[in-house]
Order: sequence, then structure tokens, then C-alpha cells
Amino acid sequence: MTDHRTVTQLAAALRARKVSSVELVRACLARIEASQPALNAFITITADQALEQAEAADRDLAAGRGGPLAGVPIGHKDLFCTAGVRTTCGSRMLENFVAPYDATVVARLKAAGAVMLGKLNMDEFAMGSSNETSYFGPVRNPWKTDLVPGGSSGGSAAAVAARLLPAATATDTGGSIRQPAAFCGVTGIKPTYGRVSRYGMIAFASSLDQGGVIAQTAEDCARLLRSMAGFDPRDSTSVDIPVPDYLAGLDAPLAGVRIGLLKEFFDTGLDAGYERRVREALAVFERLGARLCELSLPNIPRSVPAYYVVAPAECSSNLARFDGVRFGHRCRNPRDLIDLYKRSRSEGFGVEVKRRIMTGTYVLSAGYYDDYYLKAQRVRRLVAGDFERAFAEVDLLMGPTTPTAAFALGAKSADPITMYLNDIYTISANLAGLPAMSVPCGFVDGLPAGLQIIGPHFAEQRLLHAAHCFQLETDWHAHVPERCA
Amino acid sequence: MALTRAQVEGIAHLARLELDPAEVPQYEQSLSRIVDFIGELERASTTGVAPMAHPLAGLVQRLRADEITEQDDHARYQRNAPEVVSGLYLVPKVIE
Amino acid sequence: MNARNTHSATRGAQGAATEQGHAWETVIGLEIHAQLATRSKIFSGAPTAYGAAPNTQACLVDLGYPGVLPVLNAEAVRMAVRFGLAIGARIARQSVFARKNYFYPDLPKGYQISQYELPIVAGGTLDIVLEDGSRKRIGVTRAHLEEDAGKSLHEGLAGLTGIDLNRAGTPLLEIVSEPEMRSAKEAVAYMKKVHTLVRYLEICDGNMQEGSFRCDANVSVRPAGSDKLGTRTEIKNVNSFRYVEKAIQYEVARQIEVIDSGGRVIQETRLYDPDRGETRSMRSKEEANDYRYFPDPDLLPLELDAAYVESVRAELPELPDAKAARFSAQYGLSDYDAGVLTASRELADYYEAVTRGVPGQPKLAANWVMGEFAAALHKEGLEINAGKLTAERLAGLLTRIADETISGKIAKEVFEAMWASGENADAVIASKGLQQITDTGAIEGAIEEVMAQYPAQLAEFRAGKDKLFGFFVGQAMKATRGKANPAQLNALLKKKLPG
Repeated sequence: MTDHRTVTQLAAALRARKVSSVELVRACLARIEASQPALNAFITITADQALEQAEAADRDLAAGRGGPLAGVPIGHKDLFCTAGVRTTCGSRMLENFVAPYDATVVARLKAAGAVMLGKLNMDEFAMGSSNETSYFGPVRNPWKTDLVPGGSSGGSAAAVAARLLPAATATDTGGSIRQPAAFCGVTGIKPTYGRVSRYGMIAFASSLDQGGVIAQTAEDCARLLRSMAGFDPRDSTSVDIPVPDYLAGLDAPLAGVRIGLLKEFFDTGLDAGYERRVREALAVFERLGARLCELSLPNIPRSVPAYYVVAPAECSSNLARFDGVRFGHRCRNPRDLIDLYKRSRSEGFGVEVKRRIMTGTYVLSAGYYDDYYLKAQRVRRLVAGDFERAFAEVDLLMGPTTPTAAFALGAKSADPITMYLNDIYTISANLAGLPAMSVPCGFVDGLPAGLQIIGPHFAEQRLLHAAHCFQLETDWHAHVPERCA
Repeated sequence: MALTRAQVEGIAHLARLELDPAEVPQYEQSLSRIVDFIGELERASTTGVAPMAHPLAGLVQRLRADEITEQDDHARYQRNAPEVVSGLYLVPKVIE
Repeated sequence: MNARNTHSATRGAQGAATEQGHAWETVIGLEIHAQLATRSKIFSGAPTAYGAAPNTQACLVDLGYPGVLPVLNAEAVRMAVRFGLAIGARIARQSVFARKNYFYPDLPKGYQISQYELPIVAGGTLDIVLEDGSRKRIGVTRAHLEEDAGKSLHEGLAGLTGIDLNRAGTPLLEIVSEPEMRSAKEAVAYMKKVHTLVRYLEICDGNMQEGSFRCDANVSVRPAGSDKLGTRTEIKNVNSFRYVEKAIQYEVARQIEVIDSGGRVIQETRLYDPDRGETRSMRSKEEANDYRYFPDPDLLPLELDAAYVESVRAELPELPDAKAARFSAQYGLSDYDAGVLTASRELADYYEAVTRGVPGQPKLAANWVMGEFAAALHKEGLEINAGKLTAERLAGLLTRIADETISGKIAKEVFEAMWASGENADAVIASKGLQQITDTGAIEGAIEEVMAQYPAQLAEFRAGKDKLFGFFVGQAMKATRGKANPAQLNALLKKKLPG
């Protein structure tokens, strides 16, 4: 039986002892097992540990103890390190890697009482927009299994969309939370850079990566984020600003909120049907009393090329530690040191990861650094400046999350640029470190479309508030794929 | 701008990747496409714009007190290691 | 940071003596790596102690484990600033950590976190004393913070290499000089000066055998009078003063020979082999390196405000040059003696403690500290602070010389006994009965005894053979078992012998 309840509802039911965590976890595990052949959302399922944690949560709840998420089943994207449970990053390189520690996000959610059911599939090292680069096979879109779920957090989005779990962690470097959330018809938030600790998140591009949540509703996102976010002394880029109660004031009226529509997001390659859904959603906000205006941010179109310099540059360096010496895949019978490095890395990494490592190596190398890396970082400042000016005039920016709804498996894997352009609307928020969400806003030919909401630094509450108000007016987030209903 | 085969092989070597000779043309082609794509940046006017290495302006490095907080746990850390002898990670002979 | 050492070296070229004494001028720049004496590593909380079992001091951050992140050690920063202030350098208001990317088994992350374009310290100077006693100022281009790598071990591993990452992440201060040294001796003098300074500042233990203080030398030669630099080679990782001198001398001779025989010096990294006394090319590191430096996105810019810098300045100890100048002025010591006594903070402190214990005798104290005391330490390979002979005890001995209880000669005997037994001077003097005889009657008695014993010699002396005076001094001293006050003995002999 599919369970359509949200985290908010489940947490309340658990606390009221109307349901036990063990029951919930057993039901989720059964659905997960059953879904694997069709969806492949999980890389590792941790049934035994989950049941142990669920029993502990039930004991806590019975004793009137337990954190805000006590007993709530969740999943972690498989790039959050989990002590004692393998963390693969969707790569052959880490097929057998067992981290000796918990990522801060994992530890915090555990401390809040959440029960981990397993590790979710993803594009290899989070490099991809379709989940096709996973060494463990692609995840399929629950709405139509010959379509991609988006990426890189495809497993997280598909699992929530198929109601295998009420919520999952995810990460977003260039759209990896928002794009799959849009493709799968679920709600996802990428917080401000520095809001959620990166400690224990296996790095793709350190200045862009940010952990977040995919759930059914904005309210659930707020609930999880409240437990995940906050200063971490182990992450130098973590920001020491108190975490507000994201649940407070979610119901406040939206009247007077100024919403900017990014002209550039409606210009380039946006599917006409998708655009209609987004415009309809904007009309809902208008009806709620928000004021809309159009804005132009001229440097936004340069975000994609800038991103495809900065992200590969950082990735080429971040992935140098995978050398077959201390952990990870090692080739058989290396002839010498160079052979050890080259074969271990070539066997361990897939094509897209190698391509990005090479792109990054190239843009940082002597003679190209100024023209590519430095230039991209200058453009990045221009992009950030555009946003800064926009947020002097509006409270939030809105537009489509993706140019089209989910596409077919294999449709874009031949040409990297076609694939990269999928992130055309999401990348700029990462370059500027801004919080951004994707909220279900209807269907295009039976496939979900996503409304993207971007705010200024540390305005998560503002985003969640707007999204929640929208979800009180609409039920797009409550739609479930027929095969999962 | 098209990358030559030699360039692609040079980059792969620098990145310690071994490309199957049969795959090289594929990388040659896709990397050339990418280089063309990012080459678009050239047209952006960035005179007087400082590079931005970090998305949050004004944040500075925090300092840690000089305290020992880590205990020896090498046996556990080395469970992930492909080859260890007497606590040492083994690699083919390094010649200096 | 090789690329940085290529600017013109016209400054400081005056008075350059070439290694070969004729047509060639040697140009040397040093990159010194000083391990900072922090308790924990530069980016992790693992201990830095030397000599632990392999990989027992390498935590997840040091191992470059997936997902872990660096956080900067405050003490490493403070130590770098101390050094910068001590050489009169600029302390950067903002400095940036960068990644130096290359693959090597002792480099766990595949990159070293270092500082590249914006180092924490830039533009200081150090004065060295040349052999002729003159001073020369050497420019320090920069000093930057970085992390040390691990170690590769080859023994007993059947053709394999073992990697120990205990050292990985130990904080290093890389101190880069201008190419302003003109001989191996100048290079050594500079290196010693830096060595003294970092120990004064208590930022590095200076232990060269353990690799806490090591040096890369950039060496080139050029025709004397030329202001263009020749092609340089870099001699890697030399860890003793003597080897630095020998390695540079060898390398200079080799380069001159290459050029003289019509060849060209190749820019390369070379290794000094102390057994053969020669440098050789490190072919494995030869392939063109492209380090792809870029700002480390895991670390934010390091910002130090003026108040912080001033607080570090306020804690600076008296530095070697200032101390030496004060020793000369306050204690009336020669520049040489002041230089020797201030070569280490421990020695200087010891000397001053001795001086306090025997007021008004700074030269006597200097002679004994640099003489008997230093020799005794050296003989047993001990450090000053080994506590073998406290400054108070030595002062006690010198007090007995000063108040003429014992002669300088007897004092050496007392010193040896004190060194061996640990007793104080008065106890040794008393137990051995070594007090100087200053009683005129007693000395006269001894003289009379000797005069009676050697009538023939006395007659010869009185007949004008003056040389025999010394004979009587010796005999009379012997009669008092060396304890007679020499001045008194002399005076009395002069009075009594002539009759």
C-alpha cells in the first residue's frame, strides 16, 4: 500500500502513537524492494539498520522522548558519507567504500530521530542531469519509466515521487536538487551556500555544492532543513548564522511580496506548454496578493559556460584523491606507479566524470588559466552582481526550473552540451550561492513541470513561505504517478 | 577550437587517466565541443571585474584552536585500503 | 614555488666572490621549509609528534578521505606572523590558500594546500655576517604557509614503496629568499641565521635530522659582472648545513664545467647524494610539471587585522641581532663573542643567568660559557637545557675564581669534578681541599722550603741567571699543590729570592 503521508503528517502520527516507526519502515522497505527493478532508485538498502533505528525511535516515542523527526523514514543521496554503510557516489571507484564517519547532515538527521532506509542512486559523483551516468544503472522516472528522473539527485526525487519514502537528502551543484524535483513532480530546496555543512558530502565542486532536501511539500522541506542546517566547525565554508525556525510563519499572507520574472529564463528554449504552466503558477501568486514584474539580468546566459569552467576545474582537483592508494578502486597488477594511477582512475571513473576531469585539467593548465578559469570567475561575479541588483527590487525571482519536462533515457547522452543546457535555469543560483527551490506547478503532456523560486542569501524562509502558500492553493505536489498510486 | 589528439592525450596524462586509443576520438570531439562552448566567455566584458572564487562575499577563514582532537584509528581507516603492510599503504616502487 | 625565484638579482650583487675565484659569479637563492611547532596539524586535529608508528597520526583529513574538509590552525598562522614581523616583512591583510595539483603517493589529496599569489608574509630581510666580519643583507621574498607531505619508505618491502602519512598535514613555513647569495658559505650563513631565528621565535624546533628544517637551493652561475641570471638548477631537500655547503659547491663546479665544455645547464631538479658528495638529476620528477594552482574553494581568504598583528608583535622575544648588540654594549663583549653567545636563545639565556650569578664578571662568564662549558656539552653531545650543569652552579664556580678562592687553573679541575658529580663548586673545593692559599706566611714557608731544597739553583739565580725565576715559581707552586695565589707567590718570590 502506498503511503501518501508527508513528513509532517507522519511525524505527528508517530508522536501520537497512531503508527509505529517499525510499521512505517517495514512498509517503506517493502515498497522499495518492489520498486527496484522498475525504478532503481536505491544503490544500497539498509533494512536491518533501519529496523533497529525504528525500534529505538519507537522506544523513544513511547517514553515521550525523541527528536522532531523521531521514527520518520528517510533516504540519503549516496554521496553523504554514512559510517559503516557503503557510500559509492554512484561510481565504480567507490563500489566498496565504507566511510568510517557520518556526514554532518547524516549525523544531524540521525540526532533528530530520522531513520535511514538506504542510499539513493545518483549520477556518478553528481555529474549529470539524467542519472544515466550512475555506475549502478540509471534511475527511471516514476511518471514514465522510459524517461529519466533528472539528475544528479535522481534517486532522491524518484523515491519521493513514487512515495517510497516521504523525504530524502540531496545535493545541488548546478541544479541537481531542483531539476530532478521538477522532472519527478516533487518539491526540492537547495539552501544558501554555507547553510548546510558540506562535511561528509563527497565533493564535486566545492564552491558550488550544497546539500538540501527533496520532499513532497515545502513544509516538509522546512521541517527537514531545520534539523540539517546550521554552523559546522568542521566546514570552513559553513556560515555561523543562527538557523531560523523555518516552520514559523509559513501560513502568513503573501500579499505585497514582490516577485521578479527573469526575462532570460523565458527567452531561451523554453517549451511552450511548460511556459504556460509556469505562467499559471505565477497567476496564483498574483491572486495571493504578490506583485509581479519582469526583470532582465543580462549576464545570466553566461552562467552555463562559466559553470562548465568552474565546476570541472574544482572537480578535477577534488577527484585527484581517488588514486587507488588509500581507498577506492585499484587496478590489478600495476606495472608501475603511473600505471597504478592511470588504470585505477580510468577503470574507476565513467565517461562523463573523465570528461569533466579533463575539461577541468585543461582550463587550469598553464596558458589557459587566465582565459578560462579566471575569466569564468569574473563572469561569476557579474552573475552574482545581477542577482544583487535584482534583489534590491524584488523579494523573490521566479521562473521555470527546466526548459522542458523529463526527456527519454538516451535522448541527450550523446552530446554533452545538449545535456549541460538542461541546467540553463538552475546553474546561476549555484554560481551566486543563492537559495533556490523547485515546486511542482502542473503537467505538460502528463509530465510534471517545476516552478523555480530563487531568493537572496539566507532567505530560505522566504522561499519556503512562498512555496507553502502556493501549495495551499494548488495540489500539483499531491499528484502521484499512476503506477505508484 | 578543436583540440588535437596530442592535446587530449596530454590532458589525460596530466589527470592520470588512461584513454583507450579507441575512445580518444570521442573525447577529442566532445572536449572540442566543450572548449568551443566555454570559449563563449571570451565575449563577456569583464574589464575591472575581480574573479569570484567563493559565492559569499566578505566571509573570511575561521581559525581552529591548536588542539589535538583526533585519536589513532588507522586500522579502521585502512579497511578501505587496497594494499597495506605493517601499517604502510603500498604502491609500486617510487623511483627518485 | 620555483617560478617565483626568477627575478633580477642585481640587488646585493656587490662584493660577490665567485666560488672559483675568477670568471664566474655564483647566484644562490634558498627555499627553506621550517615545520611549525604546533601541537596539531595545519588543517586537522591530528598530532604532529615525530616518530610515531606509520599512519597512526594521520586522521581522515590528513588521508584526504572523501568528504572531509580542512580548517586552519590558529597557531600556525600566529607563528608565520611572528616570523614575518621578526624579519621586518609585510604581513598580508589578506592571504589566500591555493591548491598545487600533482600526483604523488605521499600527497594524499592529489594536491598540496599552499599559498601562491597572496602569501601571508612578503618582503623581509635578514643580515648575515660574512667571513671577513662584514655584514650583508639578504632579502626574503616571501614566506607562506603550506602543508607537508607524507613519507615514502622503501626498505624491506620487496621492491614496493610504503607510504606513511604521519607527516602529511604538518604545518610548514616556506621561506623563500631572493637570489642574493654569492657563495656556498653565504648560503650556509643565511640558512644558519634563519635556523637561529625560528628557534628564537619558538616556531620550529630546528631539528634537521628529523626534517623539521630543510632546504632547497636554487643555484646558477653567470659571467662575473653580468646582470642576467644563468639557468638554475634546484637542489632538493638538503637537511644539514654541511651538505648545503657541499652540494652548492659541487653544483657550482658542475655547472661551470658544463658551460666551459661548451654545454648548457639544463633547468632541472637535482638531489644531493652525501655519500658520493655529488648532485644528480631527479629524472622521475623531471617531466614538465603543470601544477594548475587555483584558490582552494574549501578555505576562505585569511584576513588579519592590524590589532591582531600588533598583538603578535607585542609578544615577540628579543631577537638575535638585538640581543647580540645589547650583549656587546651591556657586557662589553666583542662582536664575535656576542654573536656566539646569542646563536641560540638557550645559550644566551644561560649566559645571562651565569652573569647574574657572578656580577661584574661578564667576560669571565663569557669565556667559561663559550670555553669549558660549551666544550663539555659538545663532548657529550648534550643540549644546554639538558640540565647537566645549571647556570647557578657555574656562577658559583666563577665566583670562587673572582674572589680568588681558587685559581683559574684549579677552577678547571673543579669544573670537571662538578660536571662529573653534579656537586656545587664549594663542596668540590672543600672536599678536595683546593682553596687557594693566600696566607702570606704559608706561601713564604713554602718558598723557604724550596730555597732550602735547591741551594745550587738559588746561587745561580742570585748570580744573574734570571731565567731560573720560573723554576722557583713552578717548584713553589708544586709545594702548595698548585693552590698558592699566583700573584702573591710571584710577589713573594721576587722579594725573597734575591736574598
